[in-house]
Amino acid sequence: MTYIVKPTFHHPGLPKNALGYTHRDYEGSVSTLCAGCGHDSISAAIIQACFELNIEPHRVAKLSGIGCSSKTPTYFLGNSHGFNSVHGRMPSVLTGANLANCDLIYLGVSGDGDSASIGLGQFAHVVRRGVNMTYIVENNGVYGLTKGQFSATADRGSKSKRGAINSDSPIDLVSMALQLGATFVGRSFSGDKKQLVPLIKAALEHEGAAFLDVISPCIAFNNHPGSTKSFDYVREHNEAVNRLDFITGRAPIHVDYEPGTVEIVEQHDGTTIALRKLDAEYDVHDRRAAMNFLMERQAAGEVVTGLLYLETDGEDLHAHLGTVDKPLNALGERELCPGSAALEQFNARLR
Amino acid sequence: MPIESVNDFVVRFANVNGSGSASANELFARAVLRMGVPAAPRNIFPSNIQGLPTWYEVRVSGSGHLGARGGVDLMVAMNPQTWDKDVASIEPGGYLFYDSTKPTPPSKFRDDIAVIGVPLTAICNREYTDPRQRQLFKNIIYLGALSALLDMDVAEIEKLIGEQFKAKEKLIAPNIHALHLGRDYALQNLQCPIKLRLKRSDAVGDRIFIEGNSAAALGAVYGGATVCAWYPITPSSSLAEAFARHCARFRVDPETKKNRFAIVQAEDEIAAIGMVVGAGWNGARAFTSTSGPGISLMQEFLGLAYFAEIPSIIIDVQRGGPSTGMPTRTQQSDILLCAYASHGDTKHVLLFPEDPAEAFEFSAQAFDLADRLQTPIFVMLDLDIGMNRHLCRPLAWDDARRYDRGKVMTAAELEAGKDFGRYLDIEGDGIPYRTYPGTHPSRGSFFTRGTSRDPYARYTEEGGPYVDNMDRLLRKFETAKGLVPRPLRRNAEKPTRYGVIYFGSTSPAMDEAHEILAASGIALDLLRVRAFPFHHEVADFVAGHDQVFVVEQNRDAQLRALLINEAGLDPARLVPILHYDGTPITARFIARAIGEHLDSRKVTPIRKAVS
Ligand SMILES: Cc1ncc(C[n+]2csc(CCOP(=O)(O)OP(=O)(O)O)c2C)c(N)n1
Ligand code: SF4
Ligand SMILES: [Mg+2]
Repeated sequence: MTYIVKPTFHHPGLPKNALGYTHRDYEGSVSTLCAGCGHDSISAAIIQACFELNIEPHRVAKLSGIGCSSKTPTYFLGNSHGFNSVHGRMPSVLTGANLANCDLIYLGVSGDGDSASIGLGQFAHVVRRGVNMTYIVENNGVYGLTKGQFSATADRGSKSKRGAINSDSPIDLVSMALQLGATFVGRSFSGDKKQLVPLIKAALEHEGAAFLDVISPCIAFNNHPGSTKSFDYVREHNEAVNRLDFITGRAPIHVDYEPGTVEIVEQHDGTTIALRKLDAEYDVHDRRAAMNFLMERQAAGEVVTGLLYLETDGEDLHAHLGTVDKPLNALGERELCPGSAALEQFNARLR
Repeated sequence: MPIESVNDFVVRFANVNGSGSASANELFARAVLRMGVPAAPRNIFPSNIQGLPTWYEVRVSGSGHLGARGGVDLMVAMNPQTWDKDVASIEPGGYLFYDSTKPTPPSKFRDDIAVIGVPLTAICNREYTDPRQRQLFKNIIYLGALSALLDMDVAEIEKLIGEQFKAKEKLIAPNIHALHLGRDYALQNLQCPIKLRLKRSDAVGDRIFIEGNSAAALGAVYGGATVCAWYPITPSSSLAEAFARHCARFRVDPETKKNRFAIVQAEDEIAAIGMVVGAGWNGARAFTSTSGPGISLMQEFLGLAYFAEIPSIIIDVQRGGPSTGMPTRTQQSDILLCAYASHGDTKHVLLFPEDPAEAFEFSAQAFDLADRLQTPIFVMLDLDIGMNRHLCRPLAWDDARRYDRGKVMTAAELEAGKDFGRYLDIEGDGIPYRTYPGTHPSRGSFFTRGTSRDPYARYTEEGGPYVDNMDRLLRKFETAKGLVPRPLRRNAEKPTRYGVIYFGSTSPAMDEAHEILAASGIALDLLRVRAFPFHHEVADFVAGHDQVFVVEQNRDAQLRALLINEAGLDPARLVPILHYDGTPITARFIARAIGEHLDSRKVTPIRKAVS
């Protein structure tokens, strides 16, 4: 198997963004996933979000673990450096990469097996460290790549394609991210582009650990009746708490929702999110309330989606560590090497 | 007959862990050095914080032998729990120093040693009321007594106390007072000096006294490390901690007060190496320090770093294995684990420093090697080098030296249309070019993966490109042979058929064994291996001798196995000399083992047998 490279011919009439890039400039190789896989819709949403945000593709570093979901970074942002690391350990690789150069945009893509099963520890620690990143889990409740075993997000009682019933409790990564201190937490559905694209945009602009759990049905192994990660189940049980518009700092704020239900949230970097609340009770700035709400709806069998929590003045790992503004990978001998005179003084103290 | 010696004896302090003895004992060693007499101290400590026995051994060696010697001439027995064993370990004619406050039955002593009692507890109880003070000053009091017994220059100890408490000046006077309490007691009540004594000399020179872990950490600072990710484990924790200390001193931007480094205590060693790999991929110089159990956990990432060709530095401070093994004892038993780390066909570059000075150099050099070779580089320390202070040559740095960042294609080169294939071997040395993420808007990006790929980093499962790539990695390993530190050879005074290969912390003991054996008529050529892959001089050395002893501190003759496997050497010529009880190897052990082997050997030399 070899990746098929898309022709680079650009139709002259393709719309361009503020940087002069077309949609095509944000695409990658042709996907080799199953036709209809939810993961491809998420890739499309990432492409759309980066296009709309006028991100220079090469300023994004895309990192992933192992799985069908983790393969997807090949299928978007072909001019970005990508790193398909090892199963469940993308968070540590992303952390190291982020430490090396604070100037790039870090996009971590993972699966539910990758993040909730083998990589649960790394997932937890990257979130609690506040690494500045967008972390997307393409959540299908199974191991797609190894052909349909249950992952740790599979609901208790859900049925595998072969008929096996999962008896273990599921891990809800959204609840965990909230508990672990993520400063941006959202959930969406691969089939809901209208909700997903603005969520990804807001996450990319968020300075801090932004986590998105995206339910992404596996049509090969987990889209049958009885699966809570199937298209039908999610469509029927989706409980969106808000709709959002993401507005960059440069664009004028323009909100076309009815007044009274709209909240304008300004992020750290000056970008703005317009939130249209669907559930009047829901407050995106209250971590505890968000956790309660989630548990309550979960018990009712509902899948809560939308922007679930946002903290606009959090600090990231670089701030915690007090690193210099210049990327560490750009420092040279002059800044790093103390030189022979300092060494002689050092020696003198050890005699 | 009491042992008589000037500037050549071993003192062992038997203490209780956590009793504050460490700093008094170190003062003793430093005072010896300040008198111009070489000394080699070693900590022998349990994997516990408080309450268990701990020993500190100081080998005083006017002739400059710094390896462990074995045997004890003067035991400072401060731990009742280990009394019997401690008394038994004294050489015949040796000395026992103890706290005579409580009467000890005669059966607890030996007839063939000299017993020196000082009522330390009684002196403390008379002088101090605070229990903590009683405990702490007791250590200084015995140091004072020893200064009289061994005829030490007390002014040197006073000076050292002054330096030690420079920041807490009010502690100086009470410590000096305690020192004299012990010294005066000994001068007034005991025959001073005994027949072991110190005499001022000038054999220390400009050497420094430093722990290998601190030196290696400083090497990382000088080598340009900006990212350190680690997980605590004895005996490597003090390396990462020393890095933090050195960085606080040398790496804070004087204007902004911001840090030119990032240190993360990871959740485990898998995450630690993952961060190193991520940072290395993104163009920072990154390292982790760990010990055997950590290397075991890092295996999958090490294979990725090898195959995806990501510069990464691993400093392995080896301890006794397998499993948790002997966590506070020394061994050289991770050689094969590191050389072949991870599944599939892998080989890694290993560096073997002999002491802190080389630990500094190799640790700094590791960053150039990692960037040049785009692969993991292991710096193989051990507990003996890492956690003990050693007398070694001063650390040196050439200000004209520039970091070698290896083959990194720049935005200008990409813009000019230079062909970029991440795994394309242009120069024939097996080393491809890489680009840092974010370099150029439309050229030079690539996908890094652990799966097989073609020279342009495109995924492929074709056999041809896979084999080409694996063979290129071998070519790169060949290139490494010319870049890593060369072996050092020292010939016997006369031609000999016998050679010795050794490495790392075995060095001082080997030097001394060499002298011992030479004095008894056994001539040996020495080769100290300083890196893997082996330079061709290693095979040449073996070819030039009938028998080569391979001296190492593990059970399974791991370096010997690597020599046989990688340098195609004849196992029959390589005689293993193995020390693996967790204590540092000694000259006595090596000399005896080699001597016995040669005595018992009545076989025909190989050359004759085959011709
Ligand atoms: C150490 C290790 N163990 C097992 C595997 C096999 N493996 C590959 S992908 C995968 C599960 C992926 O599941 P998920 O992250 O949910 O991705 P999906 O394919 O469902 O998108 C497993 C178990 C591996 N690659 N590495
Ligand atoms: S197996 Fe499932 S997850 Fe994998 S590509 Fe096919 S549909 Fe997607
Ligand atoms: Mg999955």
